[in-house]
Amino acid sequence: MKSLIQKLTETFSPSGYEQDIRNVIRAEIEPLVDEIRVDPLGTLIARKGKVGKNGKRIMLAGHMDEIGLIATHIDENGFIRFSAIGGVYPHTLLGGRVRFVNGVSGVIGGERITDLGKTLTISQLFIDVGASNPKDCPIKTGDVAAFVRPFFDMGDRMVAKSMDDRIGCLVMIEALRSLKSSPHEIYFAFTTQEEVGLRGATASAFGIDPEIGLSLDVTGTGDTPKSRKMEVSLGKGPAIKIKDGGMLSDPRVVQWMIRTAEKSKIPYQREVLEAGTTDATAIQLTRSGVPVGCISIPCRYIHSPSEMVDTKDVQNAIKLLTALLSALISL
Amino acid sequence: MAKTFSLNKKQINLLEKLSQAMAISGNEGEVRSIVLEEIRPYIKDYQVDSLGNLLVTKTGSSKNRLKVMLAAHMDEAGFMIAADDGDGIFRFEISGGIDLRQLPGKSVLVGKEHIPGVIGARPIHLTTSSDRQNKIPLNNLRIDIGPGANTIKPGDQAVFATTFQHVGPSLIGKALDDRLGIAVLINLIKNSPPNIDLQAAFTVQEETGLRGARVAAFTFKPDLAFVVDSTPAKDLPAWDESENLTYNTRLGAGPAIYTADGSTLSDPRLIRLLVQTAEKARIPYQLRQPGGGGTDAGAIHKQAGGIPSVSVSIPGRYAHTPVGLARVSDFLHTIDLLKATLLSIHPEILAQERS
Repeated sequence: MKSLIQKLTETFSPSGYEQDIRNVIRAEIEPLVDEIRVDPLGTLIARKGKVGKNGKRIMLAGHMDEIGLIATHIDENGFIRFSAIGGVYPHTLLGGRVRFVNGVSGVIGGERITDLGKTLTISQLFIDVGASNPKDCPIKTGDVAAFVRPFFDMGDRMVAKSMDDRIGCLVMIEALRSLKSSPHEIYFAFTTQEEVGLRGATASAFGIDPEIGLSLDVTGTGDTPKSRKMEVSLGKGPAIKIKDGGMLSDPRVVQWMIRTAEKSKIPYQREVLEAGTTDATAIQLTRSGVPVGCISIPCRYIHSPSEMVDTKDVQNAIKLLTALLSALISL
Repeated sequence: MAKTFSLNKKQINLLEKLSQAMAISGNEGEVRSIVLEEIRPYIKDYQVDSLGNLLVTKTGSSKNRLKVMLAAHMDEAGFMIAADDGDGIFRFEISGGIDLRQLPGKSVLVGKEHIPGVIGARPIHLTTSSDRQNKIPLNNLRIDIGPGANTIKPGDQAVFATTFQHVGPSLIGKALDDRLGIAVLINLIKNSPPNIDLQAAFTVQEETGLRGARVAAFTFKPDLAFVVDSTPAKDLPAWDESENLTYNTRLGAGPAIYTADGSTLSDPRLIRLLVQTAEKARIPYQLRQPGGGGTDAGAIHKQAGGIPSVSVSIPGRYAHTPVGLARVSDFLHTIDLLKATLLSIHPEILAQERS
């Protein structure tokens, strides 16, 4: 499992450019599913099973994309000005390293700091790829980059860039592997462009037309010094989402998830997230509406180059998802 | 020798009519009539949907045709009359995005009859220096058409009263965003290629949130979509002569191809198609600086299971002010680029997965 997490998190695929991560995931799941396709926005959709007696058509969504940067201008000395793709915090950038989708690497530099108490804004930062004029610069306006930071295994904890949401993808892949039999027709949707507004899931949910939707994503925690007030901690089990900034989970789905966790003796936490949302929001509002929920993997330092999750939480999320998919559902 | 770009009388007349038409979001009838009159001889039938989008399909003749949607929006940013204060004085609201600082002292046209009026401002004689430090809030502004009988009612629209001009290499007027795009689309309907089914959407309510395009895309369910819009150019040199890093687009540098804006990450296959077509046909083009803003593509690409989409804009200075300025060359090159691109479309362009 950990070697796959390393492979998933060390792949570079910012929003809109998910080809590389899609190929990694496809290679993992292709032998395990009945049908596989890529939709017009790049979402990888794999079907497992057919609707059996009393079974449901279920959509699972974990997003493949990650936050990143996009070049806006190559200046006369070859420095690359950029803007953000998704929720990038400027204070995480200075001194960081990036890799463009075309393979070029660079470091993030900044204009002279005149006030140490103030963070440089994105417009005061630039990427240096070693070019000295626009002609020699291998990057052009519109090229996209992701952050470079290797996977780091601490045993009980794991750290990497893009745990958000490669860890959700991992949970889906491993649940697919461990699923013995299911009465349901399950669509594993590895979605695109979540970080810029749930765009891939909006399109793919319409195409899949599910009866139930679940997203697999990370959520913040309240267990670090002077963090936000939040009940969720690392190591206390996957979080069952009740509410976030964009969605109220269907209470019937929440109850089904809690019942299943308790029956299977899987630790879980109840999640109320004040800001931020997941692909489940897009699924909920598709067509005439869909009952949805979300399994969250607690994660520290989200949208920084070092996102941390707990190994047991990940294992328990896989167990919970497998248990949810294995039995009949009556909401 | 520098190439000159000229428009014939008919083209200029059409641009003048389009620019001077009054069509705030939700009130696009005037522009729709102009478009219909222009394209009638070239189409079999058309549909005006429940939101007011004008939808036209031109079926090609080749085998294996893709359905290609082209969208340009008919509406413009303007004003809506909110209340009648009597004596020809009206309160109003802003429709779409207009900087409040642009309003005082401007001429406007109000209602179906295009009644002239003015957004009044206190003359300098009667203001203090501290008055002049602050922008005038909308609550304190009125449209004044003078006393006497009038037919103006709350809900009626108003727009800046700007006369269209064609001056040398430039087009000067209001609502170039997106009447230039409308003119491009009209041209493409007149010259529709045989290798695709061209689905033209003259959309409504773009300026209030891409509303018309959303339903138009659902109706058409195209295989791919191009949006033709006008994007701001902030290309003047900086006062301190430092390098301008945030020009968005530049006038005269050709059609602006979008890679990313606030609402869409353009389909890389379509970006490549446009760039390769431009380079092969030696049509100038520029890549719009990625950043905020949005076009109808933001609504279209998420519709009906996902639609590969990209935007192309004619750069224009001073958008959403009483008067904008664009280049004839950029307008004509946008037509050239889209014509050549549509002709080069074949089903295999989507055979490869989105990168």
